[in-house]
Amino acid sequence: MTAVDQRARITRRRPSSGPTLRRRASTLVPHVILVAYALVACGPIVLIVMNSFKSRRSIFEEPFAFPTADTFDISGFQTVFTRARFELYFLNSFIVTVTAVFLVLLLGSMAAFALAEYRFTGATLLALYMALGIMIPIRLGTVGILELLVSLRLVNSLTGLVLVYTAMGLPLAVFVLTTFFAQVPGDLKDAARIDGAGEYRVYRLALPLVRPGLAAIGVYTMLPIWNDLWFPLILTPSESVRTVTLGAQLFLGQFVTDWNAVLAVLTLAMLPMLALYIVFSRQFIRGLTSGAVK
Amino acid sequence: MTASLRPAASRVGRRPRFRPHLWVFLAPAVLIYTVFMVYPLLDSMRLSMFAPRDGVRVFVGLENFVHLLTDDLLSDRFWNAVWNNLIFFGVHFVVQNPIGLLLAALLSAPVLRGRATYRTLLFIPTTLSVVIVGFIWQLILSPAWGLVETPLLGQSSTALLTLSLMSVWQYIGIPMILFYAVLIGIPDELLEASRVDGANGWQIFWRVKFPLILPTIGIVSVITYVANMNAFDLIYTVKGALAGPDFATDIMGTLFYRTFFGFQLQRGSSTMGATVATMMFLLILAGVLFYFYGWQRRIERYQL
Repeated sequence: MTAVDQRARITRRRPSSGPTLRRRASTLVPHVILVAYALVACGPIVLIVMNSFKSRRSIFEEPFAFPTADTFDISGFQTVFTRARFELYFLNSFIVTVTAVFLVLLLGSMAAFALAEYRFTGATLLALYMALGIMIPIRLGTVGILELLVSLRLVNSLTGLVLVYTAMGLPLAVFVLTTFFAQVPGDLKDAARIDGAGEYRVYRLALPLVRPGLAAIGVYTMLPIWNDLWFPLILTPSESVRTVTLGAQLFLGQFVTDWNAVLAVLTLAMLPMLALYIVFSRQFIRGLTSGAVK
Repeated sequence: MTASLRPAASRVGRRPRFRPHLWVFLAPAVLIYTVFMVYPLLDSMRLSMFAPRDGVRVFVGLENFVHLLTDDLLSDRFWNAVWNNLIFFGVHFVVQNPIGLLLAALLSAPVLRGRATYRTLLFIPTTLSVVIVGFIWQLILSPAWGLVETPLLGQSSTALLTLSLMSVWQYIGIPMILFYAVLIGIPDELLEASRVDGANGWQIFWRVKFPLILPTIGIVSVITYVANMNAFDLIYTVKGALAGPDFATDIMGTLFYRTFFGFQLQRGSSTMGATVATMMFLLILAGVLFYFYGWQRRIERYQL
């Protein structure tokens, strides 16, 4: 192949440069929009985290600069840990969230298994009764919940909070997991029964098969519990049982003018969930989409 | 032969008999749900028809509701909160659907480098606590920091709109992910067939994908409506229980909180709190019924 030939080829191709350009634009434009929105979504968070490691002066003078050796300052974090017991708040939030999510998954899957597996009088009615709670926010019952917990002496106790959150998570868990259990092949369960497995054993066998459903429900249930302000504010205001969200809220209200401390609290309260989310984001999104398709 | 091998408690139990495992499976969930959710909800509704008289609660019928809707001061507050709450929802509806749809459409493109990274980044705000979101934006919008000159959260003309957009910023991940799930669920053959029929990308989106997304827009909107109608955390974090300036950002959640616990000069009342909660329930019920009869029945659904 000679050089002339090649040149001829290039000139011949030139008229088609229009579509190539268009194709390029069509791959580029989505990225431009997505990057722009990613900046809108994450920029404010980066701004807060970045500035929490800076001195007060540089927070105000150059808010968009990364912390340098000169401007690095963690006095905000020191204020936070000397003035509030955030390690305790984290522990409380952790206990409440883990226990409530565990109970929702365990009790929800048991009830869902029964609803999907057995025929009994009133099964449909019971499923409907449980499903009612999906659309009715539990907050509307706050007056009743507070009076109930007062009479059970569960105000200012993590147990009370766990029970309320478990009740809050169960309706959706039962509803979604029932559809998942209904898809577990019946032959499998019957085979186990022929081998002499009891009903509890059959449930244990079916449980791993609905793992995507459990993951989706775990995600849906965990976030609102960890992030909730309403019930901690009303049911567990005292310091020893305070959750991170309420602790941050009270601290922020008290230290509004101490920007270092405010930025530090925001960073501290944000990072655990953020780290957890980024590590598990693939499972997280898959859980959400698989739940949504139902 | 196989039938006789089946244990007594088989799937098709025709004779009603006592099956202990059924109780073990169902009782804990039903019990917790009933005691800590259903009973308090019903109890709140019952309390909305009582009022304290000389230290005892007496039945007063619908008097609390009449009081809430006709008392000069109370009814002003109530309708103001309802109206603000509807604006709060309206901003969500108008902003989150187009942006969520656009992002979902871009994310679900057949070829996209960095899809997982984008998905992760765009969903981050949704995982944050409302308290954090409130303070992040309060700092960024604070004239003290100087990034924004006008006190957007301090003026009654802009405060509610700003708070609504803050909430949209946080929750846009949910419509985005739900739309995305529908879009990636559309079978390739269907899109291939429309391409063979000569449809371009734009036509495929509006004539094939959009009708399939329409039911999800309805579901997203009703979920948003219910969430907005009992929103509280954001307003309380940014504006306090008084939802200032001059109640410009007062919504049902903050009104409920003030009525129940009292604030400054106003004394708290369980029964009036329960009355406000019952009104919130009725507003939510109205929205959900509107969705079922006004929207869901009118749109066409396609079986994929």
